[in-house]
Amino acid sequence: MTLKIDAKGMHYTPLNRQIKAAVAEGEKDIVLENVLGQRFIADGLKGEDVRLIIKGVPGGDLAMFMSGPTCIVYGNGEHAPGNTMNSGLLVIHGSAGDAVAHGMRGGKVYIQKNIGYRGGIHMKQYDLKVRPVLVIGGTAHSFLGEYMAGGLVLVLGIGLKKAITDRGIGSGIHGGEIIIRGEVEDHLLGVGAKKFEFTKADLERIKPEIEGFCAQFGLDPAEFLDTNYTRIAPASSRPFAGKYVWE
Amino acid sequence: MSLGSVPLRYKISIDREQCMDCGRCIENCSYGVYRREGDRIITESRKCTACMRCIAMCPRDAITLTENPVDYRSHPLWTPEAREDVLRQARSGKIILSGMGNTQPHPSIFDRLLLDACQVTNPSIDPLREPMELRTYIGKKPSKLQFKKSEAGDVELETKLAPNLKLETPIMVGHMSFGAISLNAQLSLAKAVSELGTYMGTGEGGMHRALYPYQNNLIAQVASGRFGVDVDYLKRGAAIEIKIGQGAKPGIGGHLPGEKVSAEVSLTRMIPEGSDAISPAPHHDIYSIEDLVQLVRSLKEATDWQKPVFVKIAAVHNVSAIAAGIARSSADAVVIDGYRGGTGAAPKVFRDHVGIPIEAAIASVDKKLREQGVRNEVSVIASGGIRNSADLTKSIALGADAVYIGTAALIALGCRVCGNCYRGLCPWGIATQRPELVSRLNPDEGAEQVSNLIKGWTLELKELMGAAGLNSIESLRGNRDRLRGFMLDEGMLEILDVKNVGA
Repeated sequence: MTLKIDAKGMHYTPLNRQIKAAVAEGEKDIVLENVLGQRFIADGLKGEDVRLIIKGVPGGDLAMFMSGPTCIVYGNGEHAPGNTMNSGLLVIHGSAGDAVAHGMRGGKVYIQKNIGYRGGIHMKQYDLKVRPVLVIGGTAHSFLGEYMAGGLVLVLGIGLKKAITDRGIGSGIHGGEIIIRGEVEDHLLGVGAKKFEFTKADLERIKPEIEGFCAQFGLDPAEFLDTNYTRIAPASSRPFAGKYVWE
Repeated sequence: MSLGSVPLRYKISIDREQCMDCGRCIENCSYGVYRREGDRIITESRKCTACMRCIAMCPRDAITLTENPVDYRSHPLWTPEAREDVLRQARSGKIILSGMGNTQPHPSIFDRLLLDACQVTNPSIDPLREPMELRTYIGKKPSKLQFKKSEAGDVELETKLAPNLKLETPIMVGHMSFGAISLNAQLSLAKAVSELGTYMGTGEGGMHRALYPYQNNLIAQVASGRFGVDVDYLKRGAAIEIKIGQGAKPGIGGHLPGEKVSAEVSLTRMIPEGSDAISPAPHHDIYSIEDLVQLVRSLKEATDWQKPVFVKIAAVHNVSAIAAGIARSSADAVVIDGYRGGTGAAPKVFRDHVGIPIEAAIASVDKKLREQGVRNEVSVIASGGIRNSADLTKSIALGADAVYIGTAALIALGCRVCGNCYRGLCPWGIATQRPELVSRLNPDEGAEQVSNLIKGWTLELKELMGAAGLNSIESLRGNRDRLRGFMLDEGMLEILDVKNVGA
């Protein structure tokens, strides 16, 4: 059974209430149609096996604090999808705005095309085995992975000469890694970020993410399974350890 | 080092006549001032922080502490502190880190405000005989009420009321995180506020499971690092507070060093053990007042509009305009933290030089909100250097709904304001995660002390109100006629909207 909700002209509060109420009643498959700018969809939503299909363009803070569900958007995203997300999967068939996956702690966010500024900013990780993952099919703008404390940001640059041409990648990064298809020019790196060679072992590590992403968008993963990536990680895990002297 | 050493800041001496050689000073000092050599207790004064633990625990009052035992050549501009800061930075090239509140000898505005009392024409009220209404509701108030008559003829309230926090006394305990302070310190505070019917903040450290029994009296903080924040945490709190800034360090983020991220802190903050917890300066999903609206509402949506959401800002130059923006963001309260607010760690230059006094901030925020007709949209909570019931009463008369106390509550737990919180060696078991030090603080005793303090202030507030002929906190709130300025300049009197003494 799939529950269909026509979101046309609906305010986000009643829309979210309806979704939460349906999930509380045991609904597993929900389709939202005619979504147009409603914010906070799936905000704080729980449920490991809940699947939410969104047709249209959801507003900001999509899947914020979300814990468990799968949320698939057929359309573009807005400001900060996957904000402070806890677990689950968010897939956007299109592009998204700024601060995608901001402060995200767990789960996966897959963006088919491009994202704005501050993607994956302050992403962190608690569980050392299950890290948050942000995969971007196209490109990302400045300050990608700034202050990153854990997790993985992967930029594939599909159809682009260079995956990233914006600066400030990983400023203040002190955990996790940013992996970018192809070469990344040195001057694009922020303070505290360092380039490392991308090895076969790295590829093995990210292979499930590449496959997971490709499966969502009908791409052939073989195209991406080589070592033509740049790995960016913290120059130090304690970027501020030597900044202060006692009074 | 060619610069040599600086003179001792504190000199510890033991009166050997009095000393019975029990060694409690050695046991109690976590900074390593005391050691035993043969049959003698030896002191190393350079390590002393003036935490006063040894003095408090010495059974014979045999220990003396002297501040600045060595004089520099006196100079009005180049104070010893100014000279030593230069030396410190000449050696290190680093930012000077400090703890506790502002140490600048600026005049206190609170101390230059005097309260009123009734004489003859309007009799004062005796709180022993008359009920004094201190109950305070924090949150949105409707601008008007609509009623309807039910079929049975009863009058029913039609206006939908926003959720409010109910305080039995207008004193809350501010946000001090688990990590910055110990679990026993947080437990002491939580037990006290639960008993008294008021609230405390969790700080940006999540909520330790040991605090769950007190969650109905806890305000869950959401700061730029989003540590420990998930939907369960948000739902546990009685209210949610977005921390934008802090009075001790406006405009910058926070940084809990990895050494303090113990297994328990890790679990509560939801970060790996031993990793640095860095809170960026801004919230990176809030770059405008419109974005703030989005964060406020995202928290309300996540908690089904059941929780009041507060926004805390440091008192800075344009505090009133910022507060007016917050009042329109759907937030339920604005917390203003003045420049004397405490901290576990802040760059000294920020602690001492950034921000404005809370007194001026309360008055200008209250005035701006009233002028714009939105005072009912948000409650005003004041914090940052509230030392006693007089500061509390004056804050409310200047326009605050309630106050947050921080340092005062820690002093009630034993803190002597030595300002070394960032070293993690607090011998009072407050600003430390070391089990052997934390165990020195008994949460039951701590709770009683904090509870006693708040009870004492509450009694004094009632007496002060009664003396002024007021029997409800609403009549005191924003009642500047009950204040007079003493030795304040005209500009300040205008900002405070207070008359001069004699007027």
